[in-house]
Amino acid sequence: MLLSMEHLRKEYPNGKVAVDDFNLQVDRGEFIAFIGTSGSGKTTTMRMINRMLDQTSGTIKIDGEDISKMDPVKLRRSIGYVIQNIGLMPHMTIQENIEIVPKLLGWSKEKRNTQAHKMIELAQLPDDMLQRYPGELSGGQQQRIGVVRALAADQDIILMDEPFGALDPITRESLQSLVKRLQEDLGKTFIFVTHDMDEALRLATRVVIMSRGKQVQVDTPENILRHPANQFVTNLIGEERLIRAQPNILTVSQIMLDHPASIRPEETLKDAIDRMHDRRVDTLLVVNDQNVLQGFVDLNDINRLTDVTTPIKSFTNHDVFYVQADSLIGDTVDRILKQGVKNVPVVDKDKRLVGIVTRTALVDIVYDALKGAPESDHKPASPINADIHATATKEGGDSQQ
Amino acid sequence: MKGMDLFSQLVYYFSHNGMYVLGQFNQTFLVSIYGVLLGAIVGIPLGIWISQYRKLSPAIIGIANVIQTIPSLAMLSILMLGLGLGQTTVIVTVFLYSLLPIIKNTYTGMISVDPDVLDAGKGMGMTRLQIMKTIRIPLSLAVIIAGIRNALVIGIGITVIGSFIGSGGLGDIIVRGTNATNGGAIILAGALPTALMAIITDLVLSFIEKRLTPKTSSER
Repeated sequence: MLLSMEHLRKEYPNGKVAVDDFNLQVDRGEFIAFIGTSGSGKTTTMRMINRMLDQTSGTIKIDGEDISKMDPVKLRRSIGYVIQNIGLMPHMTIQENIEIVPKLLGWSKEKRNTQAHKMIELAQLPDDMLQRYPGELSGGQQQRIGVVRALAADQDIILMDEPFGALDPITRESLQSLVKRLQEDLGKTFIFVTHDMDEALRLATRVVIMSRGKQVQVDTPENILRHPANQFVTNLIGEERLIRAQPNILTVSQIMLDHPASIRPEETLKDAIDRMHDRRVDTLLVVNDQNVLQGFVDLNDINRLTDVTTPIKSFTNHDVFYVQADSLIGDTVDRILKQGVKNVPVVDKDKRLVGIVTRTALVDIVYDALKGAPESDHKPASPINADIHATATKEGGDSQQ
Repeated sequence: MKGMDLFSQLVYYFSHNGMYVLGQFNQTFLVSIYGVLLGAIVGIPLGIWISQYRKLSPAIIGIANVIQTIPSLAMLSILMLGLGLGQTTVIVTVFLYSLLPIIKNTYTGMISVDPDVLDAGKGMGMTRLQIMKTIRIPLSLAVIIAGIRNALVIGIGITVIGSFIGSGGLGDIIVRGTNATNGGAIILAGALPTALMAIITDLVLSFIEKRLTPKTSSER
């Protein structure tokens, strides 16, 4: 465990409790986003990690070592620090800015120089920018420097306090990609404070949702979207984002219908016609004794045949398109819709038939995702649960104007 | 000197007393410099100190303000009672008057350093001393020099008045001129170098101030 925070509490002299019983274990290479409304204690918590603030009680350990027993100056030199307003030294060149921490650590001039060139490359900025001053760079370029400056002394943990809050959306996106790349390629551990939910969901491996100094939910972005802990989290995420996220978090099994109409290869054509009539369908899925999907029979194929005692297997269409029950809808929906089939059988990993997805159900999901929240009179009580089934089973699917 | 116009009289005076004027010029200059230098030695640390403990700033700046409101002639007289006649008293007076501009500018310079830059510096692991040396002082140096520049111009004026209590200098020439009949030229002989000194000092320090303003652009 790289970083462990236990029972952290921060109380100000005026009695205001900023952080209360905060617990978090962070592994190497994780990207943790602290998110919450203003005054939720997220920045306070982050600033306790490099002892810019000292906790009232509780412990923070880095690699098992209690940081309250470490020299704060040494500690801070080993932790990268990026702030919202960039904080580049205006009177130092970009190179001098990047070299601040290496210089504090007493690196040789050559080593610092090499590192500065490496860092500017990492920031995807031209090499000659090293001799420029921060005031000559755009805000986005400055924050790129701010980010790589925090990595210049090869720090393992990087703290970021709303680093992209002041940037325009396009610049912000390119910086998010930069940071994500640094985390994935260099295996750095990021603690990232933000109030932008999209940013948190996009970058983080785990999101810590905070409210009034307490942790409300700590989980992966997928799980938070799938199971918001309470109304606060739902509100913070936003109904619209939850619905839009459905294709990426719902699995096929969550929208499929159980008990699809099926038939065994040994059964006869007559059985097939009877079953189609009972279930009012025009195709039957063919499964063997182990319920493994073999193919399907279509009413159109049957019409041309006369002998009703023919076993089904002789005219089973083996060219069947199916999806795995545990795959995400977002990954399969394109393929399903492009196939142009009305229904898609759903199988488990042993290719056993478990259900069926209707085209209508899929179209509804895609439609919701594109459009955002559904019309008010059609709103499911909770957007992420079995209610989707109800929507999916509705034939016609024209309920949304 | 009869029959000469004012300008000719002035030239005549300078040509006969050139070295004397120069000597007085130097003396006035040195007394002012000593006073301001002392003011800087005390005022700059004081300004830095109150920028760290801001609760003290109204008290300290208030005291310096009160000193500034006392007319300089009155101040010289009061100090004379304790320190006697001569240059020491004038130097102390200049010192007292230079405190306000120096303290105030140091304080302003210090507190106007971008707090984000300070936060970043601290967060990267700079000690207080390193923050002072590499961030605070470089970024406020120009403002501090501007304070010294102010103090020096004020100080030259005070030093000239200081001749009343026997510190000598260009003030002596002016006083002699006021006592003489038709002493206009003599007054000018003292006043012009004084004005010249103030203007040149101001220009030189403004040049230094510009040089010390940290570079924030590679195009200069």
